[in-house]
Amino acid sequence: MNIHEYQAKEILKSFAVSVPKGCLALTADVAVKAAQSLGGSLWVVKAQIHAGGRGKVGGVRVCKSLDEVKAAANALLGSVLVTKQTGAAGKEVGKVYIEEGLDIASEFYLSLLVDRESECVSFVMSPAGGMDIEEVAAKQPEKIATFPIRDINTCDTAKMAAFLGLDGDVVTQFDGLVRQLYQMFMNSDAAMLELNPLVLTGAGNLVALDAKFVADDNALYRQEAIVAMRDLSEEDPREIEAAQFGLNYIQLDGNIGCMVNGAGLAMATMDMIHMKGEEPANFLDVGGGVTVPAVTEAFKLLFSDKHVKAVLVNIFGGIVRCDIIAQGLLEAIKTHPMNVPVVMRLVGTNEEAGQKLVKDAGLDVHWADDLDEAASIAVKVIK
Amino acid sequence: MSVLLNKNTRVICQGFTGKQGTFHSEQMLAYGTTFVGGVTPTKGGQTHLDKPVFNTVRDAVNEEGAEATVIFVPPRFAAAAIIEAADAGLGLIVCITEGIPVLDMLKVKEKLKDSDAVLIGPNCPGIITPDEAKIGIMPAHIHKPGRVGVISRSGTLTYEAVDQLTRTGLGQSTCIGMGGDPIHGMDFIDALKLFEADEQTEGVVMIGEIGGSDEEYAAEFIKKHISKPVTAFIAGATAPSGKRMGHAGAIISGGKGTAEAKYEALEEAGVAIEHNPTLLGQRMLAMLG
Repeated sequence: MNIHEYQAKEILKSFAVSVPKGCLALTADVAVKAAQSLGGSLWVVKAQIHAGGRGKVGGVRVCKSLDEVKAAANALLGSVLVTKQTGAAGKEVGKVYIEEGLDIASEFYLSLLVDRESECVSFVMSPAGGMDIEEVAAKQPEKIATFPIRDINTCDTAKMAAFLGLDGDVVTQFDGLVRQLYQMFMNSDAAMLELNPLVLTGAGNLVALDAKFVADDNALYRQEAIVAMRDLSEEDPREIEAAQFGLNYIQLDGNIGCMVNGAGLAMATMDMIHMKGEEPANFLDVGGGVTVPAVTEAFKLLFSDKHVKAVLVNIFGGIVRCDIIAQGLLEAIKTHPMNVPVVMRLVGTNEEAGQKLVKDAGLDVHWADDLDEAASIAVKVIK
Repeated sequence: MSVLLNKNTRVICQGFTGKQGTFHSEQMLAYGTTFVGGVTPTKGGQTHLDKPVFNTVRDAVNEEGAEATVIFVPPRFAAAAIIEAADAGLGLIVCITEGIPVLDMLKVKEKLKDSDAVLIGPNCPGIITPDEAKIGIMPAHIHKPGRVGVISRSGTLTYEAVDQLTRTGLGQSTCIGMGGDPIHGMDFIDALKLFEADEQTEGVVMIGEIGGSDEEYAAEFIKKHISKPVTAFIAGATAPSGKRMGHAGAIISGGKGTAEAKYEALEEAGVAIEHNPTLLGQRMLAMLG
């Protein structure tokens, strides 16, 4: 689960990590009042959306007067930002965060994540802060280092500081920061925590200028405070609806709606559609413990998507029973008529019963024996 | 022969009396697995499915000589269940539970370093040696004893490959679902080692997914140590970057973990890569004759 930058900074602050002073604003007037209350003569107005890459598309604006703050807030609020992480549709800006401007001496990259290879929590750091870290990784890999943390008590923060080029008093400050960030990561069940940039100010303080926090969805049951930060307006409404029924749904850009059991088979189905020359409209894994209401909801989602020109059902029933899938289809068409071609590959547990239900209802579906055939038919019928 | 599991392996179930535990324990019994009982704390002393229930794994080891376990306990208790099984000395731990917090799994892995136990999963379908025994949730009827080992990160996609191997007459020696989580037990390399050493296994079908580097490491290993033919499919060639495709482990991030890179590494290692998952059985048949 993602949260906003301003929320990530609230958590950082609670772990005694320095962040710039800032206020949230939903209107330009509030933004100006926020800037006044922050004081000083330099402010930054930052669009709050659940996607990175804002800086490159004008989502972060430096302002030297209150008029500029007002103009920046007006320009951002209600606008749609398209960054490389938002997809083509972009994200509408509903909130801006106003921060005091800082005197920046140098910038660093610092993140924490669960490293699959070393199977422990690791810091990733770079002295090339404030830049697109993927670009740094591609062009100057020697400027990125990973520090696996087996035991935070014995971790060598001086080595990390040296890699970043820190020296003098700030090394002690950095040692404290590393421990605070690690505590935050562990206590908050983070999947990722990223400061890009972490800055050293002219006065010699380390401050988290930007912050991104992603929580481990599997641990949300024990993270009430983070769950309370969820902003549903940032998430795809169809994905939210699907999640309520225990469905794993991701909206994509193509025209063939998919319903599959299992994540791997669902991805393979998408791949087959692509191989045959079309693109999937979604990823949909109905899961293992599927019920008739959930399948009904899944069909409704597909039938109500105006981009969907054909639906491909690919079920290899193990725990999932084919008759449950068929019943869901019959239930869904009571309210959502089947107005696009449906291709069904319905095999495995209770396949005869499932196929019979659909046939007895007189539904005009295209039957397929295997995934290859199903994808071929789906691609053909939308032409 | 087969790997890890045969008809004599003494299996228990943790989370035995729950809905999932009950259903799948019945299926495992029906398949002929030497299933000797289960564990549900506080229900020790009762019987369930005509088998004894124990309060702890250690009791099941002492009373019934348990050697392997299948875990169905809810995600918040699953890490502790794995550790309990390892502490009790079980050699094979299969964790079906989906949704275990990743930091919990890090603790499990740290703990397992000092143990000889083999962990399969979590978030996996389990392991089956056809016509001998199964520990897991796969539909047994599609399997057939035979010549090919299967190792996979995906559940239903494994069934797809198994079905093809059965139809082509090749059959399976043992099938292992390693699961879809980023931090997991057995990986491709562990399974490949076992299959290479197993006389019954003549070839291996590998099913990978986007995310992580398990397939790339497997490719390096195959190049150096595997003499048997391997064919592989990687799911998620068309998945967009930054979107988690159902499995917690299936995500392309920072340009890493793409299907393209995995195919490339495997092909370079001499693996017969297959972009169409419906052709894996045919491909293996062509290689084994």
